[in-house]
Amino acid sequence: MFRAVSLAPQAPAAEWLVLLDGALKRSPTLFDDKAVILDLADLQPSATELESLIAELTTRRLRILGIEGLDAALPSNLPPRLVGGRPHGDTLEAPAGPEDKPGVSSLTIEGSVRSGQSIVHPEGDVTVMGSVSSGAEILAGGSIHVYGALRGRAIAGAARNPRARIYCRKFEPELLGIDRLVRTAEDMGTHLRGQAVQIWSDGGAIKIAALG
Amino acid sequence: MAKVLCVTSGKGGVGKTTTTAALGAALAQAGEKVCVVDFDVGLRNLDLIMGAERRVVYDLINVTNGDAKLPQALIRDKRLENLALLPASQTRDKDALTDEGVERVMGELREKFDWIVCDSPAGIERGAQLAMRHADVAVVVTNPEVSSVRDSDRIIGLLDSKTVRAERGDSIEKHLILTRFDPARADRGDMLKVDDVLEILSIPLLAIIPESLEVLRASNVGCPVTLNNPLCAPARAYIDAVRRLKGETVPMAIPSDRKSLINKLFTRRAA
Repeated sequence: MFRAVSLAPQAPAAEWLVLLDGALKRSPTLFDDKAVILDLADLQPSATELESLIAELTTRRLRILGIEGLDAALPSNLPPRLVGGRPHGDTLEAPAGPEDKPGVSSLTIEGSVRSGQSIVHPEGDVTVMGSVSSGAEILAGGSIHVYGALRGRAIAGAARNPRARIYCRKFEPELLGIDRLVRTAEDMGTHLRGQAVQIWSDGGAIKIAALG
Repeated sequence: MAKVLCVTSGKGGVGKTTTTAALGAALAQAGEKVCVVDFDVGLRNLDLIMGAERRVVYDLINVTNGDAKLPQALIRDKRLENLALLPASQTRDKDALTDEGVERVMGELREKFDWIVCDSPAGIERGAQLAMRHADVAVVVTNPEVSSVRDSDRIIGLLDSKTVRAERGDSIEKHLILTRFDPARADRGDMLKVDDVLEILSIPLLAIIPESLEVLRASNVGCPVTLNNPLCAPARAYIDAVRRLKGETVPMAIPSDRKSLINKLFTRRAA
């Protein structure tokens, strides 16, 4: 069985290494057959400090699988960067803000969504080329585009994204949701029925307006 | 090649069994070898509408379970020799149907007949899903009212996902039959318009069956409406539907209530 443990060195590194040696003396087989993930969120070493730290760990026969929590760029000769234990691109990215999360992937439904069907796509936008029937529902992390009639439920921005919107060619929905705001058909009025409409969230309220 | 046609609707009481009997008989009248199959295990009705209730010995469950052979269970119609009925069991329920059993029976029926017309139970559960499972063509029966239309929409979704054809990646041919259409109420605007139903369901229209006493009369004597009175309006609509199913182009008129409009004018003048 493959197992990995996470090591989080604390500053100063020399003292932490002494503690590690103590632990290894008490249980010499602690890291046998285990891959080690190095969590550097606390230590934040410079490139040279990091190299010497890894050299020190290698002499103690620890196999470093990857490095987590380091803000600075990693030299290419070192183990790969991981995020949450999963591989991550080696290039340094700006810290992801909430605006950057949605829209990473989009889902297109060629036909219609029939009553009783449920499309759940928490990562990005959903586009429906046909209609969304009464009793059907779409739940999207990003925005929802319906090129036919929207007669069912549409909940956009389910990944806590208040900037998501809903667009439809023919507006006859049962329920609309954006972020955590919800509006049922009863409190939407009838003046926009059947029109092309966009729906967005503004200051804690769902706004609806005709398109074009 | 044999075609399996499933008559389905989602909602109950919209006219599935009437439609199954009428289409089955009309296909047989057109010279096809036809078997109508009742999938409504536990609430069987097709035997009554076909007038065969006193001749049922073995049923669909007996055949799927292997207690009887298919020819033993088939009831040949007394009026049309190329029309047969495979009745449902009244004493069992839908759980008695097995996937393998149904598949085997449908395979055997395909060898013996040109058309196999399956009467689906109401609902979306096991019985309805097994009835549509092996279909090549589906006829969705809908009344012009919102609850029926929404249920039919749900059924169309199931037809596109739970049938053998859909699972193979093929599409299933779907047609709409609008039943219990009342021209007088439609003219008054008390009923969903044909165009609205077609827009919501977006499947081709096969027939509009007018609300008629003839349908009730035919049920009461246990005779498909297309056999009982082939000249009445609902029978003509079903016969046209069968011609369309067989690939003919037959023009369709939306029934209207012109006569009563004239009557209204007359009564107004008299008053």
